[in-house]
Amino acid sequence: MTPGLAGFVVADAEPHWNDALDSVMAALAETFAIAPERASAPRGARRRTWLDTFDWRLYRAGLLLEYVTASRAGQLVLTSVGASAAGNPEPVVQPVTGWRAAQPCLSDHLPDGPVTDRIAGVIAPRALLPLVTVASTTSVTSLLNEDGKTVARLLIERPVITAGHIGTAGSEARIDLPPRLSVTEVRGYPGPARRAARIMALAPQIEPGAPGGSPEKALLDEALAVIGTRAANYSNKVDAKITTDMAAARAVATILLTLLGAVEVNVNGVLRDTDTEFLHDLRVAVRRTRAAIKLLGEVLGLADDVLDQFAADFKWLGDVTTPVRDLDVHLLDFADMTAQLKAAKPTDLDPFRDFLVQRRAREFRALARALRSPRFGQLTADWRATLTTIADGKPRRAGQPGKGAAKRATPDRPAPLASAQTAGALATDRTGVAFRKVARRGGAITRDSPAESLHDLRKRAKELRYALEFFAPLHDKQAYGAVLGDLKRLQDCLGEFQDTEVQIEEIRALAEAMLGAQAVSRGAIARTVLAMGEVTAALATRQVAARDAFENRFAGFAGSDGQRRMAVLLHRTGGAA
Amino acid sequence: MKIYATYNIKGGVGKTTTAVNLAYLAAADGLRTVLWDLDPQGAASFMFRVKPRVKGGGRALIRGQRSLDDAIKGTDFERLDLIPADFTYRNMDLLLDKGPEAKQSRKLSKLLAPLAVEYDAVFLDCPPSISLVSENVLHAADTIIVPLIPTTLSVRTLEQLTDFVAGFSGHRPDVLAFFSMVDRRKKLHREITEELSAKRPDVAATIVPSVALIERMSVERSPVSVFAPGSAAAKSYRALWAEVRERLE
Ligand SMILES: Nc1ncnc2c1ncn2[C@@H]1O[C@H](COP(=O)(O)OP(=O)(O)OP(=O)(O)O)[C@@H](O)[C@H]1O
Ligand SMILES: [Mg+2]
Repeated sequence: MTPGLAGFVVADAEPHWNDALDSVMAALAETFAIAPERASAPRGARRRTWLDTFDWRLYRAGLLLEYVTASRAGQLVLTSVGASAAGNPEPVVQPVTGWRAAQPCLSDHLPDGPVTDRIAGVIAPRALLPLVTVASTTSVTSLLNEDGKTVARLLIERPVITAGHIGTAGSEARIDLPPRLSVTEVRGYPGPARRAARIMALAPQIEPGAPGGSPEKALLDEALAVIGTRAANYSNKVDAKITTDMAAARAVATILLTLLGAVEVNVNGVLRDTDTEFLHDLRVAVRRTRAAIKLLGEVLGLADDVLDQFAADFKWLGDVTTPVRDLDVHLLDFADMTAQLKAAKPTDLDPFRDFLVQRRAREFRALARALRSPRFGQLTADWRATLTTIADGKPRRAGQPGKGAAKRATPDRPAPLASAQTAGALATDRTGVAFRKVARRGGAITRDSPAESLHDLRKRAKELRYALEFFAPLHDKQAYGAVLGDLKRLQDCLGEFQDTEVQIEEIRALAEAMLGAQAVSRGAIARTVLAMGEVTAALATRQVAARDAFENRFAGFAGSDGQRRMAVLLHRTGGAA
Repeated sequence: MKIYATYNIKGGVGKTTTAVNLAYLAAADGLRTVLWDLDPQGAASFMFRVKPRVKGGGRALIRGQRSLDDAIKGTDFERLDLIPADFTYRNMDLLLDKGPEAKQSRKLSKLLAPLAVEYDAVFLDCPPSISLVSENVLHAADTIIVPLIPTTLSVRTLEQLTDFVAGFSGHRPDVLAFFSMVDRRKKLHREITEELSAKRPDVAATIVPSVALIERMSVERSPVSVFAPGSAAAKSYRALWAEVRERLE
């Protein structure tokens, strides 16, 4: 039997589903004899839970992953939903046992198999999360010719949502979805299946299930909509809903609200410790918030002390998340770290790993306390209230939600000149300033400049990166892409240069702390510390390489070509404003 | 991919009945199976309700101008496909009788080779005769399944076949005979089946009794396991299939 030739979905409202199916059957009965499936494999009941990372890495890569159970056996099924009209490649199937469909699964906990091989690189280091569970029963009807031979089959699938793992309706309620119909061809009988599909296409009660797409994807999208969400609704891009001629204050408030949303949406994943990237994304949103306050905050028209307080609170928030992230970075690098050892054995580093894990557990408790603290709750509530007022463009009133907001609220001040600006003008202005800073400071760096000057340039480059990202929706896509690529390469180089140095320092500190902890025997400690020495040596080599690469990277970004690319970008954005 | 052929020079001994039932059981066992109806009369095609006609003509198929792939029809049963009979198979000997003599009897083998990608088991249902066709079938098969009617002559038939196959150079098929259409009430049947099953390792322990239910297959137009799965007939074909499968393992 070949796979589905044509897919349809019942278009009527729920009470009429059975009538619709009956009339389709009647239409087919005019051409074919119809019989329930004879001795053939039972298709029966099937339950599937779609899985993806929090940031939809599979979906964005054109992949759908399902954990499917039918008659007790479970398997992971990976389908490609590339737009190719020639049809999609066969799904990759991997039988699994003991899969817990309602639980997240970290990429390196996936059982070995062809699906894992295909997805591990895409999702790492994120966990797979259950999205929504749909159970369905499929009945098969044979379409027979005059000899009573099956020449095509009609499959009717009745899907029911049994669990929504994400979205607001994340309940256990059963929600019926419209029945799906498909015709499958019997090998060597292409004509009858085509005929059946034509008959069905004419039936008024049903419509094509996934015009030009995959029926699997259509079902997932529909199920997600029913539980109140949609695919790919989270990414760690800023992506604020701003336009060029929006008032600057509103645009900045909108950007900051978007960032606040990113902070909040990651909190649960951090607290459950689902994977390391929730914390990473939360930290990025906090850093961006702090940068936005610094670069753009004044256009909000808030009193200085109010803005300073928020800035201080976000610095606190950033700081409380740092220890866990630093430990995460070492742990994430661990495999690479052990792989590059030359003299030491990989196992020599085991005590180091144990130590990192222990430390992380301790630091994590502190982090969780901070995220559950009234200070954090107050900060996000006040910040949201403050920004919402500005974004809505209404005058601020005293006594907004949240005690802090009331405390912080200051009488309206005369609107500063900046707030009369448009978002477009603000974008060109701030991005231009940030770029010139990078160009000037970077241009002054020579072979003999101290490391500090590169570290400082890294900060300026970050600010520029943020300025670009905040206003990304206002920029010409092509001009933006051209600037961003070179900037990223420069940032990678500066990041490598500083991070390797920081990591060397951290490993030294950790070595000392380990010696202090005396949890392991002296012999083991010696071997571990020697291995850690090798790790720092490798880091030092990388740092030298980054320093050597700097001049080229900088010239690539801020040289005459780079200057021109930036000028084009700002001109286009400014011109549109 | 294993190739099974039901063969006997004699007509009406149960070749087609056996091929149809065993192919069905192989597919039900999980093997991707195809049955090639080589008899121009198309009895096996009839059993599966497939018209005895090859798209583009049987001639082009045998000559290798058309791939077998195009001729394959899905049956009503999962994993079981059929290559239908065609009227032109009457002259198959003439079609095979081309090219160097040494290669003439290996043509079918060559045609079948590409099926290995898609199938685990191939069944060949032969017309009764000694011909270039049957010679081709014997060369292609891994196992030749020989239905025997319990007569004194049947032993000779089996011996002749075994001798013939023993003369093959290179690949030699395994020969497995079994008694078909056995009437337990007949003393002669009992004597012959008991004696030969015990004496000869190439005679299966399973016997297929003569029952009216098997004749009904051509009315039901399906394998006996489909319309009478609990019957003694269905059971003996299951036992026979188990023996056939075991022998190759
Ligand atoms: N065990 C059985 N009991 C009763 N009838 C049987 C049995 N096996 C086969 N028959 C009947 O015998 C007849 C011949 O069987 P079948 O067509 O399988 O033989 P065949 O060897 O393929 O014949 P041919 O040589 O004509 O191709 C058919 O009518 C069939 O129904
Ligand atoms: Mg026959």
